[in-house]
Amino acid sequence: MAEIADASGAGLHVRLAQAGPIPLAVELACRPGELHAIVGPSGAGKTTLLKAIAGLYQPREGRITCGPSVWFDAAAGTWLAPQARRVGLVFQAYALFPHMSAQSNVETSLASQPRAERAARALALLTQMGLADKAHRRPADLSGGEQQRVALARALARTPDVLLLDEPFAAVDRRTRRRLQQDLQDLRRTLQVPILLVTHDLDEACALADQMSVLHEGQVLQTGAPDEVMARPASPLVADLLDLTPG
Amino acid sequence: MDWPALILSLKLAGATTLVLLPLGVILGRLLAFHDFRGKRWVEAAITLPLVLPPTVLGYYLLIALGVASPLGQAWQTLTGQTLVFSFSGLLIASVVFNLPFAIQPLQRAFEGVGQDLRQAAWVGGLSGWKTFRKVELPLAWPGLLSALVLTFTHTLGEFGVVLMVGGAIPGETRTIAISIYDRVQAFDTAGAGIMSAFLLLSAFLAIAVVYGVGARAVRLRG
Repeated sequence: MAEIADASGAGLHVRLAQAGPIPLAVELACRPGELHAIVGPSGAGKTTLLKAIAGLYQPREGRITCGPSVWFDAAAGTWLAPQARRVGLVFQAYALFPHMSAQSNVETSLASQPRAERAARALALLTQMGLADKAHRRPADLSGGEQQRVALARALARTPDVLLLDEPFAAVDRRTRRRLQQDLQDLRRTLQVPILLVTHDLDEACALADQMSVLHEGQVLQTGAPDEVMARPASPLVADLLDLTPG
Repeated sequence: MDWPALILSLKLAGATTLVLLPLGVILGRLLAFHDFRGKRWVEAAITLPLVLPPTVLGYYLLIALGVASPLGQAWQTLTGQTLVFSFSGLLIASVVFNLPFAIQPLQRAFEGVGQDLRQAAWVGGLSGWKTFRKVELPLAWPGLLSALVLTFTHTLGEFGVVLMVGGAIPGETRTIAISIYDRVQAFDTAGAGIMSAFLLLSAFLAIAVVYGVGARAVRLRG
């Protein structure tokens, strides 16, 4: 069982540290309703950070709390399995189950609900995503944007305490990306949970995020409002990283 | 057609498949999803029956199962019978020489499922067992079917190891492959021809099934 966190407050608090095999030196907080972008080049440790929060990767040192729940505390020997954390995670390539329909994909995240209610709840989520007429299609029969929406519906199905988005707009065309970004903005207004968005697209981070952390070789170099970080990079390295073009 | 030999072969193939499929799922899954020290050695040992001459494998099995071996002695104490030149001994040998035919297709199939899908299931709240049942197994079933068909067919046709470990005792260890050899030795080419045609057809059908299933699996994944 999760123990009660001391004065950590609401939202997500993450502190991770290890020298190897994947170096990590991360400290960040994200309030409910806030969108926090993690930016950095490929191999900066962005996905590892998300996996640690989701319970899919256990670092050597650190502490992760979400509201009153302690998910990870190396000092106290606390480590909750992914099933015990209420996390919505949209994987980079969506990781939809290819043998299931869109609706069944969403239903897998509703296993804790009564069987009779699962189908209706899954369909309601897909309707919210504008996919009511495609609920019975398999992922291979959906476009990239539609797959992304199914992945998002599946992530939201558990009514997560934290929403983690791993480069969710990387695999769709520019037009679909703009529409999906607008959808995410709409979602934020109704969903009062911390949202972490991993991206290597600085324009995307600036357009969507309230806070932004620059990650390099597993280390958070600077955190702040995107405009502020862009205007006043903390070091020449941060300035250099922020000049990286998308791709 | 030597019916007792055919029935014995079918019985051996069925029993081998029954023992090897659960073992193949456990070991194939372990090798697909976990890295551990000595993994390459385990994989090499499992692959060995593919490249080792059947007589060499048969020789070592004969030693390992013989009355002088701890296993052979324990078996004799328990049952009062020898393990070599018996159906039980043949079954153990059959399980060993079919290891790669069962484990390799299953390992490849589980590897094909990928870590992301398993992790997506866990994050969605599915337990390890439910993830296995709802995600891993439905996606790995072509591998399961390949393992089943290959193990069954390969057991039907195995000659060298069976002869070394089982001899050719009618009704006990004389399988259809041994019977073909005996018929040829006795200049009964017609009898050998019928049984050879049966094995040829079953092997051809088995490979057709494995290829068909593979193509279907590719279509499913899009």
